[in-house]
Amino acid sequence: MNGLITPFTSNPFMMQALVAGILVSIACAVAGTFVIMRGMAFIGDALAHGVLPGIALAFLLGFPGIIGAAIGAVVMIGGVTVITQRSRLSSDTAIGLLFIGMLALGVVIVSRSNSFSGDLTSILFGEIMGIGISAIWIQLAATIVIGITAFICARPFLLLSFDPEQAQVAGFSQKIYHNIMLFMIATTIIVSFQTVGTLLVFGLLIAPAGAGALLARRIRGMMAWAALFGIVSVYTGLLLSYYFNLATGASIILVTTIIFFIVFTIQNAHSRRNNAQGEAAHE
Amino acid sequence: MNNAAADMTTSQAGSIKPIFARAKNVTVGYPGEIIVEGINFELPQGQAMALIGTNGSGKTTLLKTSVGLIPPLGGDLTVFNTKPGNSARRIAYLGQFHNAGFILPLRALDVVRMGRFPLHGLVGKMNAADNEMVKSAMHTMGIEKQADTPLRFLSGGQQQRVYLAQVLAHHADLLVLDEPTSGLDAAGRELYLHAMNDEMCRGASIIVATHDIQEEAALCQQIMLLAHKVVAFGPPQQVLNSETLLETFGIVIGKDQKRPAVLECAHGHDTEPAIQAKVKGRKFWMR
Ligand SMILES: Nc1ncnc2c1ncn2[C@@H]1O[C@H](COP(=O)(O)OP(=O)(O)O)[C@@H](O)[C@H]1O
Ligand SMILES: [Mg+2]
Repeated sequence: MNGLITPFTSNPFMMQALVAGILVSIACAVAGTFVIMRGMAFIGDALAHGVLPGIALAFLLGFPGIIGAAIGAVVMIGGVTVITQRSRLSSDTAIGLLFIGMLALGVVIVSRSNSFSGDLTSILFGEIMGIGISAIWIQLAATIVIGITAFICARPFLLLSFDPEQAQVAGFSQKIYHNIMLFMIATTIIVSFQTVGTLLVFGLLIAPAGAGALLARRIRGMMAWAALFGIVSVYTGLLLSYYFNLATGASIILVTTIIFFIVFTIQNAHSRRNNAQGEAAHE
Repeated sequence: MNNAAADMTTSQAGSIKPIFARAKNVTVGYPGEIIVEGINFELPQGQAMALIGTNGSGKTTLLKTSVGLIPPLGGDLTVFNTKPGNSARRIAYLGQFHNAGFILPLRALDVVRMGRFPLHGLVGKMNAADNEMVKSAMHTMGIEKQADTPLRFLSGGQQQRVYLAQVLAHHADLLVLDEPTSGLDAAGRELYLHAMNDEMCRGASIIVATHDIQEEAALCQQIMLLAHKVVAFGPPQQVLNSETLLETFGIVIGKDQKRPAVLECAHGHDTEPAIQAKVKGRKFWMR
């Protein structure tokens, strides 16, 4: 039993990693819920990868990675917006290409840097074990902002997810609230990449909220499940990484994905049984 | 130009009623594509107008224009004496299409509650009166038992009832409904027709796109036949004849139509017992 707690109590870096992971899990639970509700998984994915060149540039020029990530996100959102407005056909294709292009640009920039492989690894896979106190403060602030945004905009976000036209007619501008939602998702990604990396942060955004969607009857329940699954994943991933010397970010994402598929399987078996019973009852 | 007298009309009973929506030579369509031109109508308080026409005739385009989702291409369209889209608190809209395969964790009750959002804005608190209206709207559409059921577990027709309950929960002054009876079973249709009648008795106006030229259109004071243009416009008896229907649909339909049934308003203001009675038994009176 002790082995499940002492790694955190006796190693400050483990405790800091856990705190950072919990904050990120909560932010991802809130933002991920709306990513799924609104069917924005693809844009979320694009954003997660689009921040890479910004971070790479930051590493190269020596300014904070988080600012580089923000710049990358702004460029990505701008690109996605222009594409979705201009082309009625296959905006998916264009967005897909945009984010692959950004990813390639990021790698190209990093390859110019001297400490090439170290930087790239930490950007792609995160460095949660080396997270500093100041990064934790930033994550706390971001998580609070994300929570408040979701709370204030709960009605328009809900209407947007249900039917964007309904939101517009109800007096909540589609455009404004869509952009606020994008901003919230981008913020989540920007502050989360340090923990699990740009390559995998999308997993923490989608998998816990996806499992929550399968279990919950209401949005609030979905968020609560998502936060719980995220925190369990972070905790388990940290321990796995600690004892078996595994890549931490990847361990966390692996756990969260496994949780999703366990829930998915149980849920599927359950609803199939229910359906069979329902049909039998109807006969 | 907005002098008050111009926005009133004299009803049959002789009382003056405000005009809720007015179109003067309006053109609707999309950028670079005119769908219907020369649309003229005046919709007074408490009356309903039906849009009838084949698929693709422009019904949805006109409805979306009147709630401000797409701008009119020309003419003068006013809703509550202002541009469409400026009166969210007073307008309830039911779109034609809904997210198919809706998998989100939303209960029927949550969906109906959204009907009250326009009245409370971002963070205004919902109170007991709101809950009462939500409950009564679900009751009206016969889905109160499904309140806690996630939307994804409801059949298409049940979902349509939920969407209609959402519209009713708003207690709007103008209801804009795009093929509201699609997917409804006979019982659902009947509940809807009664609800529509009650809304008008309450003083709300309705614009509805429909394919039901018998019962639903007969409840409306005005009919607009559309076929990429306005084929005919006027009261049902005048508009629904073989010639206009032939021009609208290309075939003669509903020729040996029954005399349309009409609903009457429940007496006085205590509508509760009336609702009870209606759910149990059909209350149509022949003209
Ligand atoms: N977004 C759009 N852009 C351009 N044309 C459209 C658009 N939506 C519908 N249309 C066209 O407008 C016409 C009328 O469509 P609609 O109003 O939906 O008809 P209805 O509701 O009567 O079935 C159709 O010919 C359709 O192709
Ligand atoms: Mg239509």
